[in-house]
Amino acid sequence: MASHATHMDSAHAHDEHEHHDSGQSTVLGFWLYLMTDCILFASAFAAYAVLFGNVNGGVAGKDIFELKYVLVETFALLFSSITYGFAMISAHKGNKSGVLGWLVVTFLFGAAFIGMELNEFHHLIAEGHGPQNSAFLSSFFALVGMHGLHVTAGLVWMAVMMFEVVKTGLTSRSLTRLNCLSLFWHFLDIVWICVFTVVYLKGAM
Amino acid sequence: MLLGKLTLDAIPFHEPIIMGALSGAGLMGLVVFALITKFGKWGYLWKEWLTSVDHKKIGVMYIVVALIMLLRGFADAAMMRTQLALATNGHLGIFPPEHYDQIFTAHGVIMIIFMAMPFMTGLMNIVVPLQIGARDVAFPFLNSLSFWLLVSAVVLVNVSLGVGEFARTGWVAYPPLSELSYSPGVGVDYYIWALQIAGVGTTLTAINFLVTIIKMRAPGMKLMQMPIFTWTCTWANVLIVTSFPILTGALAMLSLDRYLDFHFFTSEAGGNPMMYINLFWAWGHPEVYILVLPAFGIFSEVISTFSGKRLFGHTSMIIASGVISVLGFIVWLHHFFTMGSGADVNAFFGIATMIISVPTGVKLFNWLFTIYRGRLRFTTPVLWTLGFMVTFSIGGMTGVLLAVPGADFLLHNSLFLIAHFHNTIIGGAVFGYLAGFTFWFPKAFGFKLNEKIGKAAFWFWQSGFFFAFVPLYVLGFLGMTRRLNHTDNPLWTPWLYVACIGAVLVALGIACQLLQIAVSLRDRKKLVDETGDPWNGHTLEWSTSSPPPFYNFAVVPHVHDIDAFTDMKEKGVAYAAPAKYAPIHMPKNTSAGVFIGAFTTVMGFALIWHIWWMAIVGFVGIVASMLARAYDNDIDYYVQPDEIERIERVRLAKLGINVDRNDGQANPAARPSKAKTLEQV
Repeated sequence: MASHATHMDSAHAHDEHEHHDSGQSTVLGFWLYLMTDCILFASAFAAYAVLFGNVNGGVAGKDIFELKYVLVETFALLFSSITYGFAMISAHKGNKSGVLGWLVVTFLFGAAFIGMELNEFHHLIAEGHGPQNSAFLSSFFALVGMHGLHVTAGLVWMAVMMFEVVKTGLTSRSLTRLNCLSLFWHFLDIVWICVFTVVYLKGAM
Repeated sequence: MLLGKLTLDAIPFHEPIIMGALSGAGLMGLVVFALITKFGKWGYLWKEWLTSVDHKKIGVMYIVVALIMLLRGFADAAMMRTQLALATNGHLGIFPPEHYDQIFTAHGVIMIIFMAMPFMTGLMNIVVPLQIGARDVAFPFLNSLSFWLLVSAVVLVNVSLGVGEFARTGWVAYPPLSELSYSPGVGVDYYIWALQIAGVGTTLTAINFLVTIIKMRAPGMKLMQMPIFTWTCTWANVLIVTSFPILTGALAMLSLDRYLDFHFFTSEAGGNPMMYINLFWAWGHPEVYILVLPAFGIFSEVISTFSGKRLFGHTSMIIASGVISVLGFIVWLHHFFTMGSGADVNAFFGIATMIISVPTGVKLFNWLFTIYRGRLRFTTPVLWTLGFMVTFSIGGMTGVLLAVPGADFLLHNSLFLIAHFHNTIIGGAVFGYLAGFTFWFPKAFGFKLNEKIGKAAFWFWQSGFFFAFVPLYVLGFLGMTRRLNHTDNPLWTPWLYVACIGAVLVALGIACQLLQIAVSLRDRKKLVDETGDPWNGHTLEWSTSSPPPFYNFAVVPHVHDIDAFTDMKEKGVAYAAPAKYAPIHMPKNTSAGVFIGAFTTVMGFALIWHIWWMAIVGFVGIVASMLARAYDNDIDYYVQPDEIERIERVRLAKLGINVDRNDGQANPAARPSKAKTLEQV
């Protein structure tokens, strides 16, 4: 990453030539954080798998999931990963306006995803299928909602990064941060593919 | 409405014991406050310690917190032993059940999360970067933040003493007891948020140290050449990043149940309480290895240093630690054999548990072979190590006994279990930390601890341990279960008295340790260590001065051997003064960690008491502080060669090295006058 970065990254401060690229350390640290997050999601998936059948006499997955709707939602998120990839290509080329443009597109896709998810949640609750009704619904709302909270945090981070790039340009610090956000964003995509498969596809069967 | 569930009734005015404890703590706080003000040390404290990102200072602060919480946790233990000694034969003792239940819950939570974990993290902070020849950790600010998150959680636990209550569920907080319908008070909420906040800090620490160890080792240090303490900490950190998120998840689900009427673990609407127990121990069992592996590393360092030999089987020690780490993840079910998973499942987990004794046995033999034909110096750390080898072996054997599902059905939740895990955690982890405390104290402060009082502390602890816990093994066989408030079995009474005597002996051990610190501080001129290498050490932390300069190493050492410093001493290059120094890049201090910790405390307290506006204030404060830190451009600087030379000249003069001669040969035997030796502390 960012091998053309010219000045010291400021995420930490060590100048030995053996380990001076602190951007690399930051990315490695962020990787490790993502792995902890992965285990957090694994716990939520495990809970969902255990409670999946405990519908408490209420609705089950096949009663409430609309696969077509979720497919659109899924593609919004998948496209946002591609467009984030384009943003990173622009970043490595040093193309500031390209980065900003692609980040805006990514943000819109992400916001569309969150909007659709909120709409789904709203519908379910309005129809009386809120998380209080059964262990199945509790674990469904918690798992999908946790992913949604992550995406929301990613959107906030993206907004901050757009502001940063406008203000300071593509410094090595911004590149490191864009790189971390990139990892985060793609990671959430992968988690969503698991959600789509385990929750929606399996649930609609 | 404005204060959520919080009213004046939350303060237990009618409980004389709690009010006494509170006023005692308040009085001590006032005295400390007054003393700091009187000597005008607030600025010093703020600039040099609270906002410091220096891993050594953060490590010291961790240990200070751990020692304070040791006192609090031990006070709980003493109250329990007193209660059980008094409340027999028809007497009810001094604590009613609703208070007693909080005491044993607080005791467990405090000792594991707020005593043992910070003690371990503190030692790791002080030692690991020095052992690998690094100048700090990979993310110095994050390190400070982790510490302040711990402090935030500690504050919440201690506030629960005076405002509201603590959980009455036992330290594991099993549902459905910990659900809102059976625990409607704020006790479980204190428990949840204290553990969550401390857990985030621990996870960040583990990530930080893994990156440090992977990226910042001195040139030449291969992974398999890392000192054994660094290796065991590495394994512990791997366990933290893999297991703590499970606790975070389980507690988040419990919070959703309690705050938003979800049904993860409730006994109605399809919830599954047993799932909490599985998730909890999928974290909880690795957690005990997180505590004990670094202690194993400490014993290894101590025994090889004081035997004057290289550690026997360095590689096998690393592999054994790894095997323990992996196996630690597939034994969690042995905490609830009685739950009814069936004979096959129980057999799998029982056998996996027994297999762990194999790598542990490898370690024990490695230590014995290290001593064999060595010249063991019977210092305080060595006494702790030998005491550990005996005590922990007994704990291991009772563990293998409990790993037999059939036996466990008889002994489950009896005092036999309590005796077993105290046997391993005190005899393993705590003895290890206390050995490490004595061993590395001169490194952190520049003077040694008083040996005589240290040895007395050891003997009180060691004998007190057996007096306190052997009776518990017996009581377990006699059928006494854990968490009893009062008993009426005359057969148990004498053993409960003996256990109480044990607690008194341990109290004397703790008193000796406080005395040891005080006396050593008084005699610090006499106990001074000018060489930086008081024990003839083997690894890089001993190659720099005591206390080390803030940049640790004026010149980053090159490593050619497992015992890097022994190697340097043998080649005669250990104290070589370089021809010239290069500028050193260092991080600046920051108050961001303190502020984020403070806002986290506000948010945690608000969430516990359902004061929603205040929770939002806390959250916004956290985010704002983080952003302020992220866009602070003034976070690092270069130490210039002339300043490094000035500091190093003082050090080399103490070692009796004539810098201008420039022949690079050390002669630590020739001592200068002791005039300017003690600079700090």
